[in-house]
Amino acid sequence: MKILVAAKRVPDPNATIKVRPDGSGIVTDNVKYVVNPFCEIAIEEALRIKEKQGGAEVVLVSVGGKAAQEQLRTGLAMGADRAILVLSETEVEPAIVARVIAKLTESEKPDLVLMGKQAIDDDSNVVGQMVAEMLGWAQATYASEVKLAADKQSAVVTREVDGGLEDLEIKLPGVITTDLRLNEPRYASLPGIMKARKKELKEIPLAEVGVDTAPTIKIQKLEPPPKRQAGKKVGSVQELVDLLHSEAKVI
Amino acid sequence: MNVLVFAEHQHKKFSKVALVAVKAGQVLAEKTGGTCSAAVLGTDVEGLATELASYGLKTVYAVEHPALEHYVADAHAQALANLAKEKGLDAVVATASAIGKDLLPRVAVRLNAGIACDITDITDGGGFERPMYAGNAIAAISIETPHKVVSVRATAFDAAAKGAAGSVEKVAATIDTGALRMKFVSFNETKSDRPVLTEARIVVSGGRGLKNGENFTIVLEPLVDAMGAAMGASRAAVDAGFVPNDLQVGQTGKVVAPELYVAVGISGAIQHLAGMKDSKVIVAINKDEEAPIFQVADYGLVADLFKAVPEMKDAVDKLKHH
Repeated sequence: MKILVAAKRVPDPNATIKVRPDGSGIVTDNVKYVVNPFCEIAIEEALRIKEKQGGAEVVLVSVGGKAAQEQLRTGLAMGADRAILVLSETEVEPAIVARVIAKLTESEKPDLVLMGKQAIDDDSNVVGQMVAEMLGWAQATYASEVKLAADKQSAVVTREVDGGLEDLEIKLPGVITTDLRLNEPRYASLPGIMKARKKELKEIPLAEVGVDTAPTIKIQKLEPPPKRQAGKKVGSVQELVDLLHSEAKVI
Repeated sequence: MNVLVFAEHQHKKFSKVALVAVKAGQVLAEKTGGTCSAAVLGTDVEGLATELASYGLKTVYAVEHPALEHYVADAHAQALANLAKEKGLDAVVATASAIGKDLLPRVAVRLNAGIACDITDITDGGGFERPMYAGNAIAAISIETPHKVVSVRATAFDAAAKGAAGSVEKVAATIDTGALRMKFVSFNETKSDRPVLTEARIVVSGGRGLKNGENFTIVLEPLVDAMGAAMGASRAAVDAGFVPNDLQVGQTGKVVAPELYVAVGISGAIQHLAGMKDSKVIVAINKDEEAPIFQVADYGLVADLFKAVPEMKDAVDKLKHH
């Protein structure tokens, strides 16, 4: 079995993000970068499937600048087998990332594509669904449990949807996107980190992948959100309830 | 631009989010000089379509096919994209709910359309605003393709109001059933007598400060119910397994904007603030006076929640009996 896993380099979710004064992007100086947390969950799930099956190949793919090598090495240190970095030093919009991943499935022929449900930088939540549609495949987004059939031709995925949990059966090959509670990703071990240095990390310039890179959307500018003013501290529960009743008039 | 709204329903009932999508679709049509129609997908949905037609829509399509009995992304994407093509409609709009977010990217691929996700505003001329980086940046974006697909943040628009009644048209959906690869198995609904989190007037959320799931039940829930509120939680509380994920308020969970949001034992991580900072009134109860949640709270109480929450429940009860 072969599993293709997407891994995006994103700013640390706990970092304070500031918009550049000219609105052209965010301030990136001194910002720490990590593997997108949902991608990390996808890598972990692929590794668990591999361990359970007693063998499978886990291939990572990232679309980004040279610096994304660092995140791919992290995934390799967790236990993935090899990695592909599709190089672009300029930001690539989600639809084009989807085209790249769909295109790579032609040569990689994975049985399963695992991705995070969203990247925590652009918060789009579209790439997995787009890849599935481009390939005419099934998708199961927001997965909190993945049960592969014994013949590996299908899977039943429990999905975190509004108001409860849904079980969905998908034929493979298919795309599964991960939600928070699917698993808890492992940390890379020291031997894992040593081994990762020797694993294959292939780089392909975006222009050589063979996909249409014409933009479908354009970000005109970024602005900081309107600031919310801190209010007052109250001294007691009674004072709080009185104010909510008589001043704010919400209870 | 002629707009087609995907009107989401569950068990043959529209949720509030369907009317929010209608409203956003009407705003988009108005700002770009076009009409707004809607589609209800399923089996036997003509009654629902008739109900929706009274909200000032041009036409409501009752799109029927056995493959649309339950929501599944591949069949619904085919039906919706084919309808937009057959009726010559330029833009598809839905709410950024679990279903909307699951469905629209596939529709965008089928229509060769750019997609604007989770938008919070529509500008004159048909541009969009959407939050990025957990709401730390608001992006002004444009869609560069002839067809456009838009998902709408449910808290950013009002629900559509009743208006002139439009026509209802029954349509047999165009679906290549041989290409379908997904099958609905079951839905395990979270049973609750409380209001729906994303629609509630008051939300009371708990965080890691509650220490365990049992304390959600014995400490927080009595206050939630005394206030007639929906219960939410921080990602930290969900991660720790105190409560189910569908209670999570934040960047990667639900976005809420109630009249009153009470954050109990929540420090106020960036990703939590992204899900609640548009609430009208915010109350924070936390024993750490340096907690970032106090920077967005209208009323802050520095206190031990295990003392303050039961006290607050009693005070709310007393208020109700006056």
